[in-house]
Amino acid sequence: MDELADKQRIDRDFTELYSAHLRDVYSYSYYRIGNHHDAEDITEQTFLQAYRHFDRAQRESAGRPLRPWLIRIAHNLAANYYRDRSRRPQTQLEDAAVVSATHDTEDLVEGRQELKDVLEGVSKLPDDRREALIMRFALGMDNREIARALDRTEGATKVLIHRAIRQLEQSLEEPVQ
Amino acid sequence: MTPVHDVESLLRSALVPVEPSEALSDRLERGLSELTDAAVEELADWELSAMRDPRNWGRPAAAVVVGGTAAGALVLVRARQQHKRRHVSGLKALERSLRDVTEDLQRRLG
Repeated sequence: MDELADKQRIDRDFTELYSAHLRDVYSYSYYRIGNHHDAEDITEQTFLQAYRHFDRAQRESAGRPLRPWLIRIAHNLAANYYRDRSRRPQTQLEDAAVVSATHDTEDLVEGRQELKDVLEGVSKLPDDRREALIMRFALGMDNREIARALDRTEGATKVLIHRAIRQLEQSLEEPVQ
Repeated sequence: MTPVHDVESLLRSALVPVEPSEALSDRLERGLSELTDAAVEELADWELSAMRDPRNWGRPAAAVVVGGTAAGALVLVRARQQHKRRHVSGLKALERSLRDVTEDLQRRLG
């Protein structure tokens, strides 16, 4: 019965993890892959894989949040996705943000264009910089969490994010062709 | 030149969290249900007669572990389905699901 009680606790914890981070995993996958269809595949595989290894991950986490571990699974699956199919992220996201963002009417057109430029700029960044920005801004992860997800030090992560923002800033300054 | 804080503000506006569709939740639930079905089949294949040979004792034990794992998947699925149907709190749905799975496992394992 003890094993069953353990199993019940693990399942309860996994259900909580799933409920709390389904949107995070999906958002990460979507912004990495660039379309809803494949983002759904990555999200599905992430949770199925997470479920299989959840017990061990929980034991090894020593009480630390498991979101970085979950995002790392999605990160690896997304990397395989590109490796297997020799694809790159689509520059044209399906613009979830642009569509849903609320603006005053007079700013609408200009604002939308600005956000599209930002999304396009993000999609053109090197992989590690793009991922760090997605984790920071779409998922609201702090440096420590991002460092764990990317298997880097906190210092290196801070530098990575700073450089990503600087590069994006420079690309936004370039005149439109 | 666009200041860094403006770029950060733009990033916050552009990279908003994206809600997954109901279809994705359903697919995920189906995937977890398949794990459950596979484990139940594994258990059903092992009749009591197989237990007379000590060489086989390891395998049903492994199946019990798989069954337990699959039961967990079922907890998740049932909790969501019950939540959808009855609009009860997640905790109550989970408790009910855990009870169902426990009884189910005990019945199957004799």
